[in-house]
Amino acid sequence: MSGHSTFEPKHPALKWFESRLPLVGLIHSSFVAYPTPRNLNYWWTFGGILSLMLVCQIVSGVVLAMHYTPHITLAFDSVEHIMRDVSYGWLIRYIHANGASMFFIAVYIHMFRGLYYGSYKAPREVLWILGCIIYLLMMATAFMGYVLPWGQMSFWGATVITNLFSAFPVVGPTIVEWLWGGFSVDNATLNRFFSLHYLLPFMIAGVVVLHVWALHVVGQNNPTGVEPKSPKDTVPFTPYATIKDGFGMVCFLIFFAWFLFYIPNYLGHADNYIPANPLVTPAHIVPEWYYLPFYAMLRAVPDKLGGVLTMFGAIIVLFFVPWLDTSKVRSGVYRPLFKQFFWIWVVVCIGLGWLGSKPAEGGYVIAGRILTIYYFAHFLIILPLLGLFEKPKAVPASITEAVLGKNKGAAPASAGVSAPQTKG
Amino acid sequence: MSTTMSFRSSLLRPLAVAALAFGLAAPALAADGHGTPKPPREEWSFAGPFGTFDQAQVQRGFQVFKEVCASCHAAHLFSFRNLAQPGGPSFSEAQAKAVAESYQVQDGPNDAGDMFDRPGRLSDRWPSPFPNEQAARASNGGAYPPDFSTLAKARTYEVGFPGFLIDIFTQYQENGVDYIHALLVGYEEPPEGFALPEGAHYNKYFPGHAIKMPQPLSDGQVTYTDGTPETLDQYSRDVTAFMMWMAEPHLEARKRIGFQVMIFLIIFAGLLYFTKKKVWKSVGH
Amino acid sequence: MQLEAIEGRVDRVPRGRLPVSRERSTPRRDGLAEAAVTGSRGKETIVAATETAGTTRRDFLYIATGAMGAVGAAALVWPFVSQLQPDASVLAMSTTEVDLTSIAEGQMVTVKWRGKPVFVWNRTEKDIAEAKETQLSALLDPIARNANLAADAPATDENRAGEGHEKWLVVIGICTHLGCVPIGHSGEYDGWFCPCHGSEYDTAGRVRRGPAPTNLDIPPYQFVSDTKISIG
Repeated sequence: MSGHSTFEPKHPALKWFESRLPLVGLIHSSFVAYPTPRNLNYWWTFGGILSLMLVCQIVSGVVLAMHYTPHITLAFDSVEHIMRDVSYGWLIRYIHANGASMFFIAVYIHMFRGLYYGSYKAPREVLWILGCIIYLLMMATAFMGYVLPWGQMSFWGATVITNLFSAFPVVGPTIVEWLWGGFSVDNATLNRFFSLHYLLPFMIAGVVVLHVWALHVVGQNNPTGVEPKSPKDTVPFTPYATIKDGFGMVCFLIFFAWFLFYIPNYLGHADNYIPANPLVTPAHIVPEWYYLPFYAMLRAVPDKLGGVLTMFGAIIVLFFVPWLDTSKVRSGVYRPLFKQFFWIWVVVCIGLGWLGSKPAEGGYVIAGRILTIYYFAHFLIILPLLGLFEKPKAVPASITEAVLGKNKGAAPASAGVSAPQTKG
Repeated sequence: MSTTMSFRSSLLRPLAVAALAFGLAAPALAADGHGTPKPPREEWSFAGPFGTFDQAQVQRGFQVFKEVCASCHAAHLFSFRNLAQPGGPSFSEAQAKAVAESYQVQDGPNDAGDMFDRPGRLSDRWPSPFPNEQAARASNGGAYPPDFSTLAKARTYEVGFPGFLIDIFTQYQENGVDYIHALLVGYEEPPEGFALPEGAHYNKYFPGHAIKMPQPLSDGQVTYTDGTPETLDQYSRDVTAFMMWMAEPHLEARKRIGFQVMIFLIIFAGLLYFTKKKVWKSVGH
Repeated sequence: MQLEAIEGRVDRVPRGRLPVSRERSTPRRDGLAEAAVTGSRGKETIVAATETAGTTRRDFLYIATGAMGAVGAAALVWPFVSQLQPDASVLAMSTTEVDLTSIAEGQMVTVKWRGKPVFVWNRTEKDIAEAKETQLSALLDPIARNANLAADAPATDENRAGEGHEKWLVVIGICTHLGCVPIGHSGEYDGWFCPCHGSEYDTAGRVRRGPAPTNLDIPPYQFVSDTKISIG
């Protein structure tokens, strides 16, 4: 992934192989020797957690596809067949259903971390944009996956979301018919969604490879936002980052298992246990929780096309964050004003999510409008202006300086632990 | 580690503030449109991390289902063999076979091309009372008696803020059964001035209150052989427990395996934590 | 020592490519940290690192953690393998009933059981006599292959035909070579001829000419009455 390998095989067979395909060397340089900043905190373990979740979703999904039938008369029953008759089918199906939510929880934490510590700033713009593309692909994949059980929410979610495209003038209605392969969400729609739902995760995996590649070219950001300047600032990926990531992953799995085994239907909708009925719409149509902020923005705008553009714009704007943030300082740790605005923005996002689950009436719509405007203002007004007017705190000269300063001040008792640094 | 600490404090404080802000804002915004009361939360043997089905109760529930509900409600995902599988009513195979054989099931076509009826087998699905949804509606005043297969998971009620967050920690998953039980015992006289449509019945917990299903259960309707009180409340609890099992037949296995997985993960996380500490011991970070 | 290790590693950091000699020596210094992750090199490192009393405790910790991870991974694999087996609904689809009254003498009908063809043959006197005359020593496979009898029962006609109903021969219609369906009333032995690779079976469904290795299998079945059998 990063050019020349530093791995030197000793065994003749391995030597023979390495000289023809330096695979072990590639893995070695990417995941063993790769220098990682020594001061990464646990928010940095979510990259590894996301890789784990992608593998988890692909493996469980491939297994589910062995038992699932993409046909409108059989889809619902085949999912229930998995839940009832297939050996451990209930486990695998609940892993996949809850795994999607866990994937999004992890990706949101990962994105918030990147936004807080300025991980999108030069030279990591391409890394950030690749991440945004992964996020978009995840949204598409999750949406199509939710249609497959062919319950009431599957059907009506598919109907509402595909109808978004009808907002575009002139070509809208045609686009929608082509998406459907008919005049409503029907068997043709279910079949193509199944096909694409199987395809997209592998495209995600492909972009993830690019994402990791880009990461290994520019190196990881860190809580100080100061690039590593000397070897003292970094530690080798293995064992330091691997063991930390491993611990983070298992803690995340505990959280996952709580939902999976004890409240597996908490994040779903009861209506999706009713087979799809094209003649009756459920009383409250609500998308999956991870779309709720965008759903709130869609409904906040009284105009159909305007709502759709606002919703897509909310994601598009993320692509431009590297250039909208004008600050010279990378990490939010040293930006007192940015820090406050960042947390206001997080609260706004959560607020939009909550509003998305509420009926589109009265005070909810007004609140939705205010928060939508703020969401965009954060990126289009606050971020550019902050960089010009904010007076950042002093940034440490190096990662090591930041770490040592903290250790001395915060934990004098641990002097022995950090003794090697003082010795050198 | 210390970086984590300082970040944590800077991270969590605003979150706490945010949560508080929403706690205050929520009641003001949350306007419950209809006047349907929330169903009371009941005690269920299958609730909680160690919940299991009460075998006798699920067997009684099956009896109520068979003698009362099944005359209008289908359960098309339910097979006779399910009666003998572990983790539910767990009848013996002979008992399940006897139940199956007491039903006529359509099979065919035979060599002459005709469909024919034969006694049920374990592999057969539970026979539906109506051939299709239209026939069911025609016989029930236009209302479709919902299929029981997944019904206990297909019903819920809105918990609201902050209850829905608390439910994550208390593992409350019994929204469906609480609602169904409340509905079954919730028939009453309509209040003064309530315009009840023709052919509908007043139910306290049904959204909109006008339900097409007449009160299905009443005291003394089903004869229990094990001395359990033959009351509406008891029937309702029993049949609801049965419905929960029918909707989630592997619930017991799920919770049992879940506990084992949790124990494993917690010990593993502990080991990883100490390993991580050892590895990082001499590196300030 | 630790600092030296860190220092010795890289000159320009955010590159992801490291100079050979320095990098190579780096992580090994920390003894078992490496062993915990690579596992395979554990032994030599353990031998090397016996300087302090804390080492053995550390060994134990790393080994326990690694073992725990291995156990977890193995346990996780099981559900994904287990789901491959025939599911509960398939296992329950067991029995097929056949009415024998409509099968004339000499006629052979095919019924479906567990997704496979089963031949039910109302044999003539001539067919039965032919089968009975055949010596066991003339058979390629002397085992009855009858699911209703012991596994080592000899392939006599009595053991192949229906119990107490020697007219009736019930066999799974799948050639024991590679799974084709043989054609009835054909071949040199008056039983079945497999069009795929030329195996031939006699009037008791016993293989008489290769490449099929064994006789046609007889499914579990019983006579519910004189005119009805239940397969499975």
